[in-house]
Order: sequence, then C-alpha cells, then structure tokens
Amino acid sequence: MPRLKLLALQLLVAIVALGIWQLFSTVPIAGKLWLPPFFFSTPVDVAKQVIAWFATGVIWKHLVITLWESMLAFALGSAAGVLVGFWFARQPRVAAVFDPYVKMVNALPRVVLAPIFTLWLGLGIWSKVALGVTLVFFVVFFNVYQGVKETSATLVDNARMLGMSERQMMRHVFWPSALSWMFSSLHTSIGFAVVGAVVGEYLGAAAGLGYLIQQAEGSFDVAGVFAGMFVLSVFVILIDLMVSLVERRLLVWRPQAGAQPTD
Amino acid sequence: MSGQTAAAVELREATVAFRLTGGRTYTAVEQASLEVADGEFVAIVGPTGCGKSTLLNVAAGLLRPAAGQAAIFGAALDGLNHDAGYLFQADALFPWKTAIDNVAIGLEISGTPRTEALTRAQGWLETVGLGSFTQRYPHMLSGGQRKRVGLAQVLIRDPKILLMDEPFGPLDAQTRQIMGNLLLELWSKHRKAVLFVTHDLEEAIALADRVVIMSAGPSSRIIGDWRVTLPRPRDIFEIRLTHDFHALHREIWGVLREQVMKAYGQGGQAA
Ligand SMILES: Nc1ncnc2c1ncn2[C@@H]1O[C@H](COP(=O)(O)OP(=O)(O)OP(=O)(O)O)[C@@H](O)[C@H]1O
Ligand SMILES: [Mg+2]
Repeated sequence: MPRLKLLALQLLVAIVALGIWQLFSTVPIAGKLWLPPFFFSTPVDVAKQVIAWFATGVIWKHLVITLWESMLAFALGSAAGVLVGFWFARQPRVAAVFDPYVKMVNALPRVVLAPIFTLWLGLGIWSKVALGVTLVFFVVFFNVYQGVKETSATLVDNARMLGMSERQMMRHVFWPSALSWMFSSLHTSIGFAVVGAVVGEYLGAAAGLGYLIQQAEGSFDVAGVFAGMFVLSVFVILIDLMVSLVERRLLVWRPQAGAQPTD
Repeated sequence: MSGQTAAAVELREATVAFRLTGGRTYTAVEQASLEVADGEFVAIVGPTGCGKSTLLNVAAGLLRPAAGQAAIFGAALDGLNHDAGYLFQADALFPWKTAIDNVAIGLEISGTPRTEALTRAQGWLETVGLGSFTQRYPHMLSGGQRKRVGLAQVLIRDPKILLMDEPFGPLDAQTRQIMGNLLLELWSKHRKAVLFVTHDLEEAIALADRVVIMSAGPSSRIIGDWRVTLPRPRDIFEIRLTHDFHALHREIWGVLREQVMKAYGQGGQAA
C-alpha cells in the first residue's frame, strides 16, 4: 500500500472513532445519550484538558518525573540484568542453585510488590524505580543469560585458537554477544520501565502521569483520565521511536530481517 | 638443527570417543596415526561423518583423545595448540566486527598497536582479494568472501601450522578453483604445514603433497596414504587435465568409493 494512502486510512480510523464518540456523547438519539459524558467524557473535553495542561505547563513536572523514574528503572534493571545474566551463564553451577528462586520471583505479579516498596522507600520516586527495576531486570536477565549461554561454540573455539585469554574473550566475544541480546529486548524492557513507573505512581505518589490519572479518577474527572492516558501513550510512542533510532545505530552488524535470504 | 626434524603434527594412535545421552559412547575415530612434516600439505578425505573435523580438533588441542596422543613439533600436546591457525568448517567470524576488525583482532590481542594491526589487516584483505570490503560486517559478505576473511584472520598471525576444515565447502566450482590457486600461492610463499580436510578427492589431489583417506565411521581409521608427485607450481584447473592426475584419482577413488557407499548405506538405515 502506498505510504500516503496508508496514512490517510490510519487517520480515517481515528476520525471515525472520535466522531462516533463525540456524536453519541453529545447528541441524544432516541431520547437519550448513549455515551453519557459523566462516564465517557467527550473528545472535545479531553482535547481541552490536554491543551490546558500544556498551556499552563502543569503537565511538564509530571512528565519529567515519570521519564526520570522510567530511565532510572531501565538503567538499574538493565545493568543488574546484564551482570547477573552474564554471571549465571558463565557459572552454570551458580545458575543451577538459584534457578528455582529466580523462577519463583519471576512468577510473582510485580504489582503486589508496590505496597512493600512504598513502605520501604516512601512515596517518592524510588519506590516506583524499584517496581520498574523488578520488571526490567527479568526481561534483560533472561535474554542475556540465554544469549551468552548460546554463544556459538565455534565462535568461542575460534577465539581460543586466535589466542584470546579468558578476559579477552569476555571483551571480544561474550560481552558483545550479551549486549546484542540486551538490545534485542530494548523495546520490551523500556516499555516495562514505563509500566513500573506509572503503576507505582498510580498506587501512591505525589507526582507523575500515573498520579495525574489516579487524581482525575478520584474526582470522577473522566476527561482528565482520558487526557492522562493520551499523554501517556504519546510519551511511550516517542520513547519507542528513540529506542529504534539508538538500536539502528548500535546493531549495524546485525542482518536486517528479510534483507537477505536466511542461510 | 638435528638431523631428523620432528613432524609439525603427529597423531599417534589417537582414539576419540564421544559420550552420548544415556551413558553410551560413540567411538568416532580409532587409532588414527598421521604425520605432517613441516611445510608439507596433507589433505584428509573421507565420507561425511567419518571424523575428519574430529581429527583436526585433536590436532588443534580443542579435543583430547581418549587414547593415544598428539604431538606438535615433537612435543606432546597438552591443551591448545598455539602453533596452529584453524579455519573452521562452520562460520566463525565475529558478527559484530567488520571484516578488517575481524582480521586485525588476532594481532591486537597479542599486543600489536591498533593502527599497525589495521594496516596489516588491510594488507591481508587485499591479498585475499577483499581490499574494498574492509568495512563490511560478515552478514554483508557472501559465503566465499567470509571464507576469505577467515583465511586472512588465520594467516595474519603467521601460524606454523594451518588447519583447514572444508574451507571451500560451500563455494561453487569456479570460486573453489580461484580459492585453491590463491591458497597454493600463499602456501608456496609462506610454507606452512597444512592439514586440509575436504570431501572432494579432486581438490585434495590438486592441492596436496599427500592424500590421506579415512574409512566410514564409526571407529573410522586411516586406511590409505598416497604421495602426490605432480609437479609444482600447480594450477589446479590445468592439473586436472593431466594423465598422472587421472591415474592417481582412479587409484584412490577405488578405495574411497567403497567407504562412501558404506557411509551412505548407514545413513540410509539410520534414517
Ligand atoms: N559432540 C559430539 N557428540 C557425539 N557425537 C559426535 C560429536 N561430534 C561429532 N560426533 C560424531 O562423530 C563423527 C565424526 O564427526 P566429524 O564432525 O568429525 O565428521 P566429519 O568427517 O567432519 O564430517 P563432515 O564431512 O560431514 O564434516 C560423526 O558421526 C558425528 O556424528
Ligand atoms: Mg567436518
């Protein structure tokens, strides 16, 4: 499909959806409003709310907080995930000992940890960062662990035959391999970092997008809830775009999917 | 120097067994004895799965024989063979390094300054005909180009022994011949002991000083050893047309054929 046509169709979907929403929430049909604005708000009100947030500038503080929490969660979770994944992959015995506990913690829905983190770390950003870290860590950890463990045996043999020491193999073979696996999970892990931050804020905070949504909900301000959701999705899409750019630069050595026949 | 110099590679009755799942063992190679003199080019030919790669791994020190031993220049091999360069059967380039970095790495890890390593890597890439492909990543190279980068990666370290496992395996007939001539040219210049594995008997005769035949596995053995007295320098395309080549080929094929059929039959039964 040509780009322009695709874009037009995509826009059409949004216009039709918003149009139906606006129609049913403002024009009575058969004597009643099918989407009462008290529960569903209207697209115009939501847009007004978003514009008001940006016009007055109140939104920036919340955006910055959420961004900051997500970034910290991502950085700390990834660092821990890479280190532990690396360590387990190179020390199969350590991995075997910890295996059941790793599985246990990973099986736990992370939301239940939020109150505990709030208790330990207070209502500030760190309880949200901690929640994000528990999510990011496992994604990165599993990827790096698997990636390093499955580094091609031939590659390792070649490195040894070329005279690499253990340390040089770390640097030239295992480390790049681990990083490439970390990057391949970049989208997922950054997504989880944001989820951790927003859910944490929602469950108890003084600032952030999650807090904003929760506040609106608490005062039955449905327009506020939808406006918060809208800002949040745009925020996530922008971050995702940035990740794609970084990824394209860092993984130049990777074959592009579909760019050449598999062999 | 002593009157009798030690062989570059010597396998003394090497037996290699693999442990299979369920506690059974599979004897891949049994009591294989083989000598490669310094500067000699020896080709190993045998049916698929007979243990050619296994023998190279033993000579490289990557695999320890269950019985017997390997000796390198007269010294029993314990651990890796640091005199050898190994061109693996499977792709072994570092996918995250460009062609030139893949070649330079062998020098860099032994302490050569990066700029010097890169200059020499450039030289080697030109030698193998890839002077304008230096900045490509392995996935952007063809199979034959990757093999050539691999050759440069091994040769830049100037190993005394060269172990090559079907280096031209995935290439088309024309490229094989070009690569074969390139290899012979490099070998005549740098004179290394070469242990060259192939399943292509013609290629083996055209390249080598000696052709060694292995029997079909399991417990495969070395069952024949022919000296190839064809004159050098050789052009591996031209040489195939000579009478001597044909005579030798017919003689060796008589022995190899039986093993190939046997290996094929086993594969058929197992499948
Ligand atoms: N790690 C292993 N565990 C069990 N069996 C193995 C292992 N490696 C090799 N073998 C077996 O040992 C035999 C010899 O293998 P090898 O790779 O040396 O064959 P090859 O002669 O190089 O074959 P090809 O020409 O197909 O490369 C084969 O039958 C193979 O199945
Ligand atoms: Mg093989």
